[in-house]
Amino acid sequence: MKAFTTLNGLVCPLDRANVDTDAIIPKQFLKSIKRSGFGPYLFDEWRYTNYGEPGMDCSTRPLNKDFVLNQPRYQGAQVLLARDNFGCGSSREHAPWAIEDQGFRVIIAPSFADIFFNNCYKNGILPIVASAEQVDSLFKECLANEGYTLNVDLEAQTVTTPSGQSFSFEITPTRKHNLLNGLDEIGLTLQHADAIKAFEQKHQAAQPWLFA
Amino acid sequence: MAGKTLYDKLWESHVVHEEADGTCLIYIDRHLVHEVTSPQAFEGLRLAGRKPWRNSSIVANPDHNTPTKDWDKGIEDPISRLQVETLDNNIKEFGALVYFPFKNKDQGIIHVIGPENGTTLPGMTVVCGDSHTSTHGAFGALAHGIGTSEVEHVLATQTLVAKKSKSMLVRVDGQLGKGVTAKDVALAIIGKIGTAGGTGYAIEFGGEVIRGLSMEGRMTLCNMAIEAGARAGLVAPDEKTAAYLEGRLHAPKGDNWTKAVAYWSTLKSEADATFDTVVVLNGAEIAPQVTWGTSPEQVLPIGSTVPDPAQEADATKRTSIENALKYMGLTANTPIDQIQLDKIFIGSCTNSRIEDLRAAAGVAKGKKVASNIKLAMVVPGSGQVKRQAEAEGLDKIFIEAGFEWREPGCSMCLAMNSDRLSPGERCASTSNRNFEGRQGPGGRTHLVSPEMAAAAAIAGHFVDVRSA
Repeated sequence: MKAFTTLNGLVCPLDRANVDTDAIIPKQFLKSIKRSGFGPYLFDEWRYTNYGEPGMDCSTRPLNKDFVLNQPRYQGAQVLLARDNFGCGSSREHAPWAIEDQGFRVIIAPSFADIFFNNCYKNGILPIVASAEQVDSLFKECLANEGYTLNVDLEAQTVTTPSGQSFSFEITPTRKHNLLNGLDEIGLTLQHADAIKAFEQKHQAAQPWLFA
Repeated sequence: MAGKTLYDKLWESHVVHEEADGTCLIYIDRHLVHEVTSPQAFEGLRLAGRKPWRNSSIVANPDHNTPTKDWDKGIEDPISRLQVETLDNNIKEFGALVYFPFKNKDQGIIHVIGPENGTTLPGMTVVCGDSHTSTHGAFGALAHGIGTSEVEHVLATQTLVAKKSKSMLVRVDGQLGKGVTAKDVALAIIGKIGTAGGTGYAIEFGGEVIRGLSMEGRMTLCNMAIEAGARAGLVAPDEKTAAYLEGRLHAPKGDNWTKAVAYWSTLKSEADATFDTVVVLNGAEIAPQVTWGTSPEQVLPIGSTVPDPAQEADATKRTSIENALKYMGLTANTPIDQIQLDKIFIGSCTNSRIEDLRAAAGVAKGKKVASNIKLAMVVPGSGQVKRQAEAEGLDKIFIEAGFEWREPGCSMCLAMNSDRLSPGERCASTSNRNFEGRQGPGGRTHLVSPEMAAAAAIAGHFVDVRSA
């Protein structure tokens, strides 16, 4: 996994609540057996005016010029600003894969759906929960100022605006440590292999039918 | 000290290791696997030179991509075919307790085949790379969806890194009226608490209405817990749970059965247990529900009118209503029972079990699908459900009424195969999500119960099944 330490990135504001994983990456792209290459299909049905199919060359597809991701001022954005319940719906990890492949490393929203939130951490994306007022204020500043960037510091757990205003965010120490160091979670868990084996034996003795 | 909740008991009985910040390693008893969210996980395992920790925990089956008709032609879409063949090859290489390949007589939707083969049991932890894994909570199992990285983690370590959720009790008191189903209860709950209402919680469903539901009904309810934002839904096991499981292929047998049933009887919240949040509904007040928008929380009882955004004070909500009405092609204040339909879908992991098909067939019997309905399809949840329905003559009732009787699979719930809506088409669907494009690009989905879908097929528009 890619480590995340600090980022000073251009912000793209996606002003919709309840953005679901079907909108983030439509189902036809889930047929891929690969982990990469989903970026061009991110928000496919909002981003293009024709129907996307896996393997399509997106550079020649007709763009929906009104969609925020297509506006020239947001090209190269690395911070996605979103509304409540971002990432609701399915467990498809293709959603964070597409977001990461597009170049985003941070998502800021008042709330996230649980499974999506968890999937972000597995892919070097930092999801930040901020208060609805903070998010509202970031939306206003971002829309008013072309080239609006935010500075995100994971070690310090802070987000700083261009005018120097700053707010802090929560993250569990385990997630922070893994993200800062880009650690392989499976490798870390397997350090507990003896504890897992011991648990399994005890569990099997108590409920043998689970192992039949 | 307050007594333990069912969720406390399930959680505590699976903790392998706990970090200082409360992050735990949770042991996983059952790993359900389908073709869409597993290929990258098996590939990761292969690249790291790892093996599954316990392949007898795996129950696998392709369902999302498989066609629901013309099985003799195989899977025509080469990308879908490759994904299904990749699952075949991965299971061949790594092993599984149960594997039903495409066209096997018992193949079906993973959340239908798990319980019907007795591989979902009370007290288990159950995971799958699929958000509707919450379905299995109907058995008093701690069950939730995971991402593909976690699928790989469970394959390699038999554990999941997780933090304990908060607890919510959703109690539904009293009795449901005639024609009101578990689906309506689920939608009414989501209408009340919202699609983010359960975020961060494990929801236990309790109360007289829940106790009165069949196992199929409880599965429908827990299936929709994720649409309320909760990764896991739970119903305490009881005699109905045991009666459903007894004699199934992988259910415990003999002495183990007796011991298991005794253990399962301890799996309930104590009388003095406290929950972080309690929500109460009165079953008698729940009417058949219909979603009108593009989120399951945009739902109303039949008999209502489509909302008017001008009446909404909150700007974000007003925009959501406007966006939804535009996408759905609806005008504010339209009575829901005047909404005309193009297609009908009865199926999905929410409502494709035998009881759902019996209920829909009961409404359709001796009637005809309305002439404005271009396609009405019934997709059973599994080969077993299909055979049972055919043994009861339900297939004939549907076919005589003008429905298509299909092969099992996920089908038009998410339209990964060729079953889909065309742009602008409007569908009464027994599935779980009415998101934009979910059933096909530009398709318009209204979520309802099997009875309401069948009644809508006959009328050509929504009707109150209680007076149909």
